[in-house]
Amino acid sequence: MEAKKKVRLIARLDVKGENLVKGIQLEGLRKLGDPHEFACRYYEQGIDELLYIDIVASLYGRNNLSEIVRRTCSDVFIPVTVGGGLRSVEDVRHILSMGADKAAINTAAIKDPTLITRVAESFGSQCMVLSIQAKKSRDRAGCWEAYYDNGRQHSGLDVVEWAKRGVELGAGEILLTSVDCEGLQQGMDLDLIRAVTSAVNVPVICGGGAGKAADLIAGAQAGASALAAAAILHYNKTDVPRLKAELRAGGLEVRA
Amino acid sequence: MKVTVIDYGLSNLLSVERALTHLGAQVEITGQADQIRQSGALVLPGVGAFRDGMAGLEKLGLIPVLREKCAQGTPLLGICLGMQMLFEESEEFGLHQGLGLIPGRVVRIPDRDAEGRPQRVPHISWDPLLVPQDGALARPGQDFAGTVLGAIQPGQECYFVHGYEAKPAGPQYRLADTAYGGRRVCAAAQKGRVIGFQFHPEKSGPVGLALLKSFLELCEN
Repeated sequence: MEAKKKVRLIARLDVKGENLVKGIQLEGLRKLGDPHEFACRYYEQGIDELLYIDIVASLYGRNNLSEIVRRTCSDVFIPVTVGGGLRSVEDVRHILSMGADKAAINTAAIKDPTLITRVAESFGSQCMVLSIQAKKSRDRAGCWEAYYDNGRQHSGLDVVEWAKRGVELGAGEILLTSVDCEGLQQGMDLDLIRAVTSAVNVPVICGGGAGKAADLIAGAQAGASALAAAAILHYNKTDVPRLKAELRAGGLEVRA
Repeated sequence: MKVTVIDYGLSNLLSVERALTHLGAQVEITGQADQIRQSGALVLPGVGAFRDGMAGLEKLGLIPVLREKCAQGTPLLGICLGMQMLFEESEEFGLHQGLGLIPGRVVRIPDRDAEGRPQRVPHISWDPLLVPQDGALARPGQDFAGTVLGAIQPGQECYFVHGYEAKPAGPQYRLADTAYGGRRVCAAAQKGRVIGFQFHPEKSGPVGLALLKSFLELCEN
C-alpha cells in the first residue's frame, strides 16, 4: 500500500524592521503589516509551523526579530523557526530563549561551517536548520550555487554538495529557497527540489515560487517534506484551511 | 496548580512554561534538588542528545531525586528527550543509562521504512496519536477514555521531532502509538504516574494544550 505523502505547511514571514515584507527574488520589498498579527492569524487557521526570517539582519550584522518572536511565542503553540543574522551559538541561544524552536542559518554557516556542528551539539540537530538560497549556476548547466546575504552574494558552493556537507556537519533539516523563483508565483524549481531531496536524508523545507496550491503539490511530489508559503498566504489569495483542502484534493496528506 | 519544570541546562524551557502558564498553572523552573523534592508535579522537557541530558541531570544530582519522587507517586511528565530519559537506556551516541522509571529502551529510528525504502530521519511531522494494537492502557479498537489522553480522539495529530524512538518493554507501558514509514512508533508511555510524550504538546496547537491540561488535572488528583 502506497501511503499518501504527508507534508507540513509552513508560513514564511520575512521581516524587515517591524514589518512583514514580501519581495520578488528577494528584492523589491513591499510592506504588508504587523508580522505578529499575520502569525496569529495563520496559527488560528491551522498552519503547521511558522518561519520568521529577518531579511536584512545579515547585511547589517544584527537581529531585530527578538521582540517579535517573543510576542508571537506567547500566543502561538506551534513550532517557530527563526533565521536571519544568527552568527554564533550565543545568537542561537538568545533566539531560543525568546521562544523559537529552531534556528535557520545561512550566511554564518557558509562563512564558518563549524557553526553547524556547534549549534547541533549545543541544542540538538533538530534545532539546526541549514538555510540554502539556491540560484541556477550561470556556468554549469543543471547546477545551483548557494547565495548569502539575502541572495546578493554568491559563495561558489554547489547547492547539492553544500546540503550534503551540512547534514554531515549536523544539520537536522534544510530550508531550501529558490532565489530564481522566489516571489514570482509561477511555480517552484522542481529540479532543484529533486536534486537536494534525493541527496540528503533529512527533511527539506522547500520554498520560493508557489503562487497556487498546484505549485505546492508539485513541490511535495518532487520530494519536499515541508512547504514554505509566503505570497500565496500573505496576499490573501487564499487562507490556510482552503489551501490545505486543495493540497488534500491534490493527493497530499496534511494535518487536519 | 503549581508545576515544576526541571531545568537541567539543555533545553528551551520557555515554550513549555508558556503553554503551562497559558493553561493557568503556576510554573516554577528550577534545577535545584531541594525545590524538586518539595514539588507536587514535575515536567521534564528536553531537546538535544540523550547523553547530554542525562549528564545534565547527573551534574545537578537529580537522578536519585527523580527516582525518589516517582517512588512517592509524584506525577512526572517527560516530553520528547525528557520522555526518552524515563527509560532504562538509549543507544544514542553509544549506550547510555537512563532514569529507569519505565522499563524499555531507546533506539535509532531506522533509515528504511517498513517496505525497505529510504526514509528521512529525524522524524519531523504532525502525526496522529493511535491506540496501540496490543495496548493495555488504552483499549485496542477503542479510544483513550480513562487515560491522560482521554481529552482527545485517536487520529488527532501532534508535532513530533525526534531521531530516536522508545521501545517500552511491554504493552502495559504503551499508552499511544504514532505511525512513521508504515511502522508503529511509541508516541506516549506510562507507568503509574510517570508519563512520557514523544511529541511536543507545547507545540501541538489546541490538541497539545488539551493534553497538557489533562496532565495538570491528573496532578490535582
